[in-house]
Amino acid sequence: MTAADSNPAAILAAEAEAAAKGAAPGGPAEQAGPRGRGPRARNTRAYLQYVAGKLGGALVSMFAVLVTSFFLFRLIPGDPVKQMTGGRRVSSEQLAAMRAEFGLDDPVWQQFTDYCGNVLTGDFGTSYQFHTPVMDKITEAIGPTLWLTGTAYVLYTVIGIWLGTRSAWRNGRIGDRFHTGLALTLYSVPSFWLGLLLIITFSVGAGPLPGLFPTGGMESGDESGFAYVMDVAHHMILPVITLVAVGYAQTLLVMRSSLLDEMGSDYLTTARAKGLRDDLVRRRHAVPNALLPTVTLMFVNLGTVVAGAILVETVFSWPGLGGLFYQALSVPDLPLVQGLFFVFATAVILMNTVADVIYPLLDPRVGR
Amino acid sequence: MTAETADVPAPQEPENTREPQLPKEARSPRALAWTRRRHSAARFWREYRTHRAGVFGLAALVLITLAAVFAPLLVGADAQSVTEAPGEAMQSPSGEFPLGTDQFGRDLLALLVWGARISLTVGLLAAFLSVAIGTVVGITAGHFRGWYATVIMRVTDWFLVMPTLVLAIALASVMDRSIWTIVLAIGVTTWPTTARLVRAQTLAVESRPYIERAQALGGGHGHIMARHVLPNVMPLVLAQTTLVISSAILTEATLAFLGLGDPTVVSWGGLLQDAREAGAVSAGDWWYLAPPGIAIAVVALAFTLCGRAVESVLNPRLGVSR
Repeated sequence: MTAADSNPAAILAAEAEAAAKGAAPGGPAEQAGPRGRGPRARNTRAYLQYVAGKLGGALVSMFAVLVTSFFLFRLIPGDPVKQMTGGRRVSSEQLAAMRAEFGLDDPVWQQFTDYCGNVLTGDFGTSYQFHTPVMDKITEAIGPTLWLTGTAYVLYTVIGIWLGTRSAWRNGRIGDRFHTGLALTLYSVPSFWLGLLLIITFSVGAGPLPGLFPTGGMESGDESGFAYVMDVAHHMILPVITLVAVGYAQTLLVMRSSLLDEMGSDYLTTARAKGLRDDLVRRRHAVPNALLPTVTLMFVNLGTVVAGAILVETVFSWPGLGGLFYQALSVPDLPLVQGLFFVFATAVILMNTVADVIYPLLDPRVGR
Repeated sequence: MTAETADVPAPQEPENTREPQLPKEARSPRALAWTRRRHSAARFWREYRTHRAGVFGLAALVLITLAAVFAPLLVGADAQSVTEAPGEAMQSPSGEFPLGTDQFGRDLLALLVWGARISLTVGLLAAFLSVAIGTVVGITAGHFRGWYATVIMRVTDWFLVMPTLVLAIALASVMDRSIWTIVLAIGVTTWPTTARLVRAQTLAVESRPYIERAQALGGGHGHIMARHVLPNVMPLVLAQTTLVISSAILTEATLAFLGLGDPTVVSWGGLLQDAREAGAVSAGDWWYLAPPGIAIAVVALAFTLCGRAVESVLNPRLGVSR
């Protein structure tokens, strides 16, 4: 819709919005169908059918992810054993032993079924680079990633909704123009570049400014207890600022445009005619209805939280999944790349499904 | 808002240009069609002009495109040469080198102008590929029903949930390093958004009576898709293209920064990677890092502004601020 992106978020929000409009043109949410015993029972059954359909779709997607992560990385780049040995001198017996160990001599279909079985039991193989199970590296790195991107996610969602509401409510005024312009500008900035500039300005120190924040990493290493928490928070400030700055524009724009859509509605005129204060009209009547597309966007973004910080984590040497993905790519460490790819895609599919399942409960016009 | 746009004389345009004038004598259908197109283009431009941000974005794009096209004349053809670098390594901005020099002693301003070529080329080609795939998939998925539409929409949905950047990185890392790889990686990962939009529009167009009339007159699938549906989805596709370009340029910079770009050509993302490798971050050499990033942001923003202006001309309900 309005935001310039190829991200699924905007289009899902747009489709949900369109679906909502198609079902009840121009009317507020309260006007959804007749309420009674019969329709409600029918609705419940329809809802369960809808959920089953969405879950089935998610399973098909998961299978497609398995197929991609297997074939994309296995069939294109050539002989993994040669890449693993990296040009060192190895005897042909050693090569053969390695091929047998990784099951590379089996037929492709057997390799694929083995792979599926392994993934279902949480076994992604052994990293070429670290010589530890991929699953261990992932569980090790998922905590820092969730901390960093989770904090940023909460912040940019709250900031985006708040500023989007203000912008739409004072549509066309100087504040709206400023915030929309600023958000669009920050949205056009490459996140890694903003991160590098922040490091130069606040960590290395520019001119009279001393280095206020650490240049990277998650902890200084010699703290414990409360001091440790403060230390991690100190390391988190710059990466979180970077993620929030490039991330809040989308929420702001979706919130703004969906609130603008609601603003001409009759039910707002009614609310005003009742004598409600402007503030209450906004908080109790307009915003709850306008929040629906934003909620879809929030869930879709929640899925990308896991994969969303590859560059920022790399730039700030954050010990998370994104940084790990970059390390794995530069080798390339095939099992690790494969495992991370699977985790990233699974997170998105999972969250999209959750959004699909919850959405009809929030907005009765959808999915019936 | 009206105060700011009052200087643009949009509503005062003479009314007689709004409708295609009736021909004095019978003209050929082709000539009529062209007159109609000219008039609707003029109407589009009159509307577009009232969007200040859009005009600003367009002006910025024209300037940058001119600079990129005339790069050899502006800064010389040998600016990318490492062996014939004019200055010393890592010089701060000075009168001779307004933006300083890189670790090989090359003039950064000249590299920035050359980089515009790659960033714009890759951005445009990738966006074109992405939108072309999306349009074909969207129209066919909307036109044909049954198993074909089901399968193709399942594939689209699946691409839609893939983390785009992760998939593009994976593709770029398993193929050769060249700008074509980057174009391909961006093109094949970003088309689903367009496909969904185009399909929705196709369904809306195909429910109109004139499609039924065309079918009754014997119009085949190809005729209906090419002559009736395509012209109706084109405006949407145009707006989508400008928006996709800006994200393609950002993705190109990202891939180049990760070292997945063509190492033999200068691009803005590649310049940032060079800067990082030369230790510009720990040395605090902001003058090396700032200009390429600003250039990326300006171009991406310019395309976004144009795209939003086009979108709101075509669909005024979006309420995009002018």
